[in-house]
Amino acid sequence: MSTSPPPLPLYRHAVVDRYFLEHRAKVLDLAAFLDRVDRAKPDAADSNRDFRLDSLRGAIALLLDGEPERAKRVLDLMSDPSTEPIAAAPMKGATGAWDGFKPASARDGETG
Amino acid sequence: MYIDPHVHMVSRTTDDYQRMALAGCVAITEPAFWAGYDRSSPQGFHDYFSVLTDTEPKRAAQYGIAHHTWLCINPKEAEDPVFAREVLEIIPEFLKCESVLGIGEIGLNKNSRNELEILEAHLQLAADHDQMVLVHTPHLEDKRKGTRLIMDAIKNHGVLDPNRVLIDHVEEHTVRDVLDRGYWAGMTLYPDTKCTPQRAADIFEMHGTDRLWINSAGDWGPSDPLAVPKCRDEMRRRGHLEATIRKVSFDNPLEFLSQTGRFRIDVQPTR
Ligand SMILES: [Zn+2]
Repeated sequence: MSTSPPPLPLYRHAVVDRYFLEHRAKVLDLAAFLDRVDRAKPDAADSNRDFRLDSLRGAIALLLDGEPERAKRVLDLMSDPSTEPIAAAPMKGATGAWDGFKPASARDGETG
Repeated sequence: MYIDPHVHMVSRTTDDYQRMALAGCVAITEPAFWAGYDRSSPQGFHDYFSVLTDTEPKRAAQYGIAHHTWLCINPKEAEDPVFAREVLEIIPEFLKCESVLGIGEIGLNKNSRNELEILEAHLQLAADHDQMVLVHTPHLEDKRKGTRLIMDAIKNHGVLDPNRVLIDHVEEHTVRDVLDRGYWAGMTLYPDTKCTPQRAADIFEMHGTDRLWINSAGDWGPSDPLAVPKCRDEMRRRGHLEATIRKVSFDNPLEFLSQTGRFRIDVQPTR
């Protein structure tokens, strides 16, 4: 027997009251992190074009598009979109973002 | 009272057993996993399986926690298929142990061909011995692709009933697909890399509480063996019914795991 999801029992103002300060702090962490990246000594490669940072910027833009399922779409944005197994595992760990991600501005410049 | 259906106690102290018991934990299941280093021989796995089937149940029983386990060679050590098959050969002798619930946590890590080959070998082992299966899905950017490859592999294998398979570490982008294909799903509560208690509560509100559970996957990395009671607390603070909270942290694991015929929650403290 399948049951329907238990709806969130809180009113909207209660959700904001309860979680606002915690998420205000997370936005500040994010802002300070991006500032820290800018202030850090530049690498030989342009580290501002790191695929992880590009993904993060893409995710931040997505938060403001007014569409639902933001968490799912952030995870989708950071996922490897390929479908076939790879030849061999290059390492055990994961970076947290797909290394082929290109920001919208770079994609706009593509011709093929 | 709650069940933590995925926690790696070999990496935790006895104090953690005590704290879990005090928080209401009555039973756990511990899947075989990568212990943070590669084992150099099948004998190393033999020793590990002995710890999982003998040492840990005794340690847990001190605090009245029923300990169960799942056996396999995890995907992080499956990149050498010859070695992995040698480990697979020693698993059947341990399947006789009363506290072994099945094969797990098997799956993929980097979604490689060798990992997939050894996943398929484990599925065959489970089918040959009529075992249930606990599946590990890859981390971070590899999760969505790996979850799909794993479900396709199980479907193509064709023998295992999805109702006897739990796909673990689901998040917002994989949970719907897993449930829609008839599997059970687990949410792992990690501080950074998987679900937080808040997001797990959100997922229950969006996708329902059927065939879905929560676990701490406490291990040697950043993790919290009390994550399940913390998620219960989050749901309680939001005003969810006690019956709902009990369903996701006790009734659901009990229902899935009872299919093994070996799952118990009635251990008296031995200390
Ligand atoms: Zn695990």
